[in-house]
Amino acid sequence: MASHSVTLRHHFENAEQQKDASTIGMWMFLVTEIMFFGGLFMAYIAYRGAYPEAFAAGSEKLNIVYGTINTLVLICSSLTMAMAVHSAAVGKKKMIVLFLILTLILGGVFLGIKAVEYHDKYVGHEIPGVNFHPEIDGHPNVAVQNVSLYFALYFGMTGLHAMHMIVGVGMISFLIFKASRGAYTAEWHTPVELFGLYWHFVDIVWIFLFPLLYLIDLHQGR
Amino acid sequence: METVATAVEREPRTYLNVDHTLKSWLLTEDHKRIGILYLIVITIFFAIGGLFAALIRIELTTPAGDLVESSVYNRLFTGHGIIMVFFFLIPSIPASLGNFLIPLMIGAKDVAFPKLNLLSWYLYVIGGSMALTAIIYGGIDTGWTFYVPFSTGYASGMVMLTLVGIFINGFSSILTGLNFMVTIHRMRAPGMTWFRLPLFIWSLYSTSLIQVLATPVVAVTLLLAALERGLHIGIFDPALGGDPVLFQHLFWFYSHPAVYIMILPAMGVTSEIISTFSKKEPFGYSFIALSSLAIAVFGFIVWGHHLFVSSQSVYAGMVFSILSYLVAIPSAIKVFNWVSTMYKGSVELTTPMLYGIGFIGLFTIGGLTGLFLASMGMDVHLTDTYFVIAHFHYIMVGGAIMGFMGGLHFWWPKITGKLYSETWARLSAIIIFLGFNLTFFPQFILGYMGMPRRYHVYAPEFQVFNVLSSAGASVLGLGYALPLVYFLWSIFFGKKAPANPWGATGLEWQIQSPPLPENFEITPVITEAPYHYAPSEEVVHVG
Amino acid sequence: MSNHPDHIVPVRVYIFVFLALMVFTVLTVYAATIDLGRYNIVLALVIACIKASLVIMFFMHVYYSSKLTKAIVIAGLCTLMILFFFTLTDLATRGALQGTTDWVGVPGR
Repeated sequence: MASHSVTLRHHFENAEQQKDASTIGMWMFLVTEIMFFGGLFMAYIAYRGAYPEAFAAGSEKLNIVYGTINTLVLICSSLTMAMAVHSAAVGKKKMIVLFLILTLILGGVFLGIKAVEYHDKYVGHEIPGVNFHPEIDGHPNVAVQNVSLYFALYFGMTGLHAMHMIVGVGMISFLIFKASRGAYTAEWHTPVELFGLYWHFVDIVWIFLFPLLYLIDLHQGR
Repeated sequence: METVATAVEREPRTYLNVDHTLKSWLLTEDHKRIGILYLIVITIFFAIGGLFAALIRIELTTPAGDLVESSVYNRLFTGHGIIMVFFFLIPSIPASLGNFLIPLMIGAKDVAFPKLNLLSWYLYVIGGSMALTAIIYGGIDTGWTFYVPFSTGYASGMVMLTLVGIFINGFSSILTGLNFMVTIHRMRAPGMTWFRLPLFIWSLYSTSLIQVLATPVVAVTLLLAALERGLHIGIFDPALGGDPVLFQHLFWFYSHPAVYIMILPAMGVTSEIISTFSKKEPFGYSFIALSSLAIAVFGFIVWGHHLFVSSQSVYAGMVFSILSYLVAIPSAIKVFNWVSTMYKGSVELTTPMLYGIGFIGLFTIGGLTGLFLASMGMDVHLTDTYFVIAHFHYIMVGGAIMGFMGGLHFWWPKITGKLYSETWARLSAIIIFLGFNLTFFPQFILGYMGMPRRYHVYAPEFQVFNVLSSAGASVLGLGYALPLVYFLWSIFFGKKAPANPWGATGLEWQIQSPPLPENFEITPVITEAPYHYAPSEEVVHVG
Repeated sequence: MSNHPDHIVPVRVYIFVFLALMVFTVLTVYAATIDLGRYNIVLALVIACIKASLVIMFFMHVYYSSKLTKAIVIAGLCTLMILFFFTLTDLATRGALQGTTDWVGVPGR
């Protein structure tokens, strides 16, 4: 009953049920991810509300150029990912591989820039709990410990985000391998589709992290 | 030789005898076998948690701290709490009975993601082993709530390992819930509409909803607490500008709904039992079904009642207090409907029914005393006293474990294909009920008199009730030991169970006991509502 | 065999969404350089929400998906809002008894 290219597992009635189950399973997983990041966002709201000046002082330490470039890179990677899923849906096997590789490269660029940023933070003694003596002379009313909270959240949130990116890069490499062997067809490309959802979700998290972490009180001049 | 051959022939193929190797169990993707794997590990955790409880009760027999030192006592109640909450109660009914029954009840061959299901079990075992290791070697003394800044800055012992263990176990819980929700959405047999689902399924769906939506929050909270403890980043440390009450918010955002993860499945079991042994359709099926969902939803907006005496704003306290009363509405609907189901039914006092009736009574007491605690003024007096202990044990032990035991007795013939001794089982049900009340009712009085929780010494005037409570605990211990004996006995020597020993209507009772590996020979087609006890006696043939 | 094939979204939709996302990114950086007082954060979040909605609706195909998928997304977002809203009932009113709108409950303030 199932078409030749579909791998139908025994407990499903038909391919449609199997695909449906996987898709809503993935969506539910993403909802758990929303709540997982949600705890961190809640902490962000609480402490930004309590220490607005300290958060501005911390935000000032970030490199806005890196942040903006990374945002653009991630949006590009979302486009290439969407195009990979599209290519799969219309059955262009070579294009799937091409777009997946582009996505992988863009993901790599993002992580590379992130690594440079982290390194700058390390050099600037701005890693809470490890070495934290930031230069905040411009803010006489701000306590160092409260800037530490900002950076704890910065590293917590971007770190968790980067971890998701790393996992994504691992999975996409696997998909490229499978796709290059022609595993995904117009009839069956569920893994590409589900991975696409994951990748876009990671992009969405960054869409919020960027203004919340990088763009605080930018108008007061850097 | 000939007789042996015929005996083998007569033995029908079941999920238990398709393969006997250890590997076939540890790598199984069969939801029924995974349910049994859970059952075994859950029982082990229950026994360990029970041992901790026994030591606590022995210590509290006298007002002086003569059995253990205070530091050991702290480790005892922490170990008891962590094991019982995270590694026994939360997986108890959903992961064992739920795993076994969901596909059978909705007419599916398996859950939607069998491999994920097995992975959940392994995560549970890994997380559980880590926490257990921490509790046994070194122990932790934070209480099961891990309140900061004590747990992150001052507590001795292996807090970090426990936090990581619970974090991993959280993913087991999330994946199980996700699996069940997808299964219930997408794997139902033809004709199995939402309002033809057994009430147990409705309750497990609500449970899964909580597991999926709330567990990630506690996971990230415990992760932050672990980071705080390891690196002192200040996120919850008031000395560094952090807010300890924020931890409590995030913690109880999960941990209050977590109580409904424990109680909702027990309610589902009770609905099945009460209907079966009253030989009557449940009174107000849709009300029972939807009240499960309502409890799950309300559960998300009441967590602040755990924070009344923290420095939470009194305005927030008022909001949470009022909202907490809402939970009483769906809970009461359920109780009234169960009682109405029994009214003019042909009630049979079998073992599962004894647990079912016990559940209704104990849950009602636990729920009503919860209302006392939900009112802010009253709670200021009762916070951290034995009144709270008694209240939540009436829900968690009197509710959740009574439901678990009832369900286990109800479906035991289906799971193992064997009948246990009804006489012994009834006796143990009665012993458990009496022992439970003797253990925990005196604690209400102790709490009202002002005895605080979590101390190993107490004022001498509290001793009478403490002795009563400890005496009750030993009766309760006996009650829990008995089933272990007669269940094991039944596996080896019990009579063969027929397909439908109780005359129940559920889909799972229409197939052989124990079921086939693939559950149904052909996919059943459902044509009528569940619980069609009245008046026709026809039996649906499926598979 | 698939008798209702995936909804194929035209490529121009993706390109349009992509361009919109790029424009909004530039816009949000630019907006941050103007002093709008407390409305800076509001504007930044509004733009972020628009961007996120575009990704969810079109890149993630929710616009073309079943009611169930939509319900799952909404349920997740509602739960998140419950977490934020009810925690804020506490954080935002802790100072009210002392007659201040500052979040005085947080130690160190």
